Amino acid sequence: MSFHEFDLSAVPVRSLNAALHADADGTFRVLEPGGRHAIAVGASGEAAVEIDGHVGYYCAGMNQLATVRIRGNCGVGVAENMMSGKVVVEGDASQAAGATAHGGLLRIDGNASARCAISLKGADVVVRGSVGHMSGFMAQSGRLVVCGDAGDALGDSLYEARIYVRGQVAGLGADCVEKQLEDEHRAEVAELLAEAGFEDVEPSEFRRYGSARRLYNFDVNTAVAY
Amino acid sequence: MSAGDQRLDGAVVGALRESATFDRPTIREIQRAAREGIYDIRGGGAKRRVPHFDDLLLLGASVSRYPLEGYRERCETDVVLGTRFAKKPLHLKIPITIAGMSFGALSAPAKEALGRGATTMGTSTTTGDGGMTAEEREHSDTLVYQLLPSRYGMNPDDLRRADAIEVVVGQGAKPGGGGMLLGQKISDRVAEMRDLPAGIDQRSACRHPDWTGPDDLEIKIEELREITDWEKPIFVKVGATRTYYDVALAVKAGADVIVLDGMQGGTAATQEVFLEHVGIPTLAAIPQAVQALTEIGMHRRVQLIVSGGIRSGADVAKALALGADAVSIGVAALIAIGDNAPELDEEYAKLGSAAGFYDDWHEGRDPAGISTQDDTLAARLDPVLGGRRLANYLRTLVLETQTLARACGKSRVQNLEPEDLVALTVEAAAMARVPLAGTSWIPGTEAR
Repeated sequence: MSFHEFDLSAVPVRSLNAALHADADGTFRVLEPGGRHAIAVGASGEAAVEIDGHVGYYCAGMNQLATVRIRGNCGVGVAENMMSGKVVVEGDASQAAGATAHGGLLRIDGNASARCAISLKGADVVVRGSVGHMSGFMAQSGRLVVCGDAGDALGDSLYEARIYVRGQVAGLGADCVEKQLEDEHRAEVAELLAEAGFEDVEPSEFRRYGSARRLYNFDVNTAVAY
Repeated sequence: MSAGDQRLDGAVVGALRESATFDRPTIREIQRAAREGIYDIRGGGAKRRVPHFDDLLLLGASVSRYPLEGYRERCETDVVLGTRFAKKPLHLKIPITIAGMSFGALSAPAKEALGRGATTMGTSTTTGDGGMTAEEREHSDTLVYQLLPSRYGMNPDDLRRADAIEVVVGQGAKPGGGGMLLGQKISDRVAEMRDLPAGIDQRSACRHPDWTGPDDLEIKIEELREITDWEKPIFVKVGATRTYYDVALAVKAGADVIVLDGMQGGTAATQEVFLEHVGIPTLAAIPQAVQALTEIGMHRRVQLIVSGGIRSGADVAKALALGADAVSIGVAALIAIGDNAPELDEEYAKLGSAAGFYDDWHEGRDPAGISTQDDTLAARLDPVLGGRRLANYLRTLVLETQTLARACGKSRVQNLEPEDLVALTVEAAAMARVPLAGTSWIPGTEAR
């Protein structure tokens, strides 16, 4: 385990990722990311990665165990298919943030664009701002917490993932319904907010959304719901 | 066969005139739809007759060409896939691979049998929608790991365990369509691998969740290469539709290998209307792909694997002659390990089908133990025997391919070329872009 520093204006992303794979538990500082793609992907140990600036697509993709902090905005698919660990975006995130992520925590301090937590498979996604349309589309499991507003078609074709939104929801997608926020859910939201470091947000202000489970087994009589 | 059909087989047949438009299957389908109010779903590929490899013939050597000695002179069959960027390309002994079929759609013994057969013959098998099982990794020396829109079971450990990665954009049976694994096939194990409750229908999305279009695909491929340290060949699989453009764009996006699946390619379950009416025949797709590759200087540098209706060594030889580097089989491999076996005819009859016709692979009641997750049914399939039969079948395909290649004077099966082919029909000539037999006429060559 050692400290590595990469200036991506001088060396390619490949050198960073190769080092990350070779020293899976190392400490990495990334300078001048310049919106480059696939930064810090495929981490498989308890590395600590700090990125000073904006990143492109798929930053921290398929992350396992590592903690990746992005001091900037990020492009499409940040932490896509993350398995575990923690990814923090201090700015805004583009589309498909946390797509298909299986585990770990994705924290977004700003807003996230469309399809946030799409096809989520067990991870937790906590967004301080708002999320765009089709967020939580076909999300299977895991939790999406949105402190701001949610765009149209939230949770469309949702499976067992749980969605909490504090602000306005422009519209719910097929088979997504609002559900009662019970004590256990308030506790769950509080735990996720604490994990994300958003303790100043009041858990009881959230509303809960989940699957009505009407579309779990295809029935021609519910086909119009799509 | 219905009572009406039986009567038609009797004396009254001459007195009745069947409509070509409203023939018996059409009438039956209208009646079924009126009864059930839902489209028909089945497995397999398009059943309609389309121009195919049967409509091509090979030109054996004569005075103007000389052949190689059968059973004596060497005719190489190996192929290297992924030579463009990958540090570790696949070196297969035969140019016939096993196509992607999921654990979920298929039983664990079926996946094991495919792995055993492929490994015996030195070729690859492919995962499917649902992730990689320990059994198929264990029994497949060379395993291609599919990245599908659903990302069921996708994880970086399996990505690194794989020998190649196949980004599935579409498949020939249903280009533009996703899939649905019905609840009756969602066993606890399948459910756990896919992170969904047991017993519910599982939708496989038609679009990838985190990329749209060729420019995004290029970045996605870059990410996969970075995660795997540029070791693994990256395949891109497309269903045959706008093949010329799709292949060019996939190559531009960085693919090492293109997998091109024609409309006869099988699936575990899709709507009949989709199977029969979307996509183009394999025969029509190959020349488009080869043209695209050739125009950008990538033919043979980016390898082309063709699937969709490969049944015999003749099909393999003709696909290679049209410019493929290898072919892939799915339905034929299932038949080889025991699907639609005649000894199961009585059991197929109980399901309203017959040996040779059974295609309700989505229902999970397969008496052959192949397209099922029922433990009792699955236990019927002996993976060792199934693997041996698949190896036998692959061996036969290879021998047939070599026989035909030698007859055309080729010391390597990939040396077969369009010049070795003629077409039996105008349609096949136009699609395959080879002359109608006995003429020098290739219809439509003046325009794409």
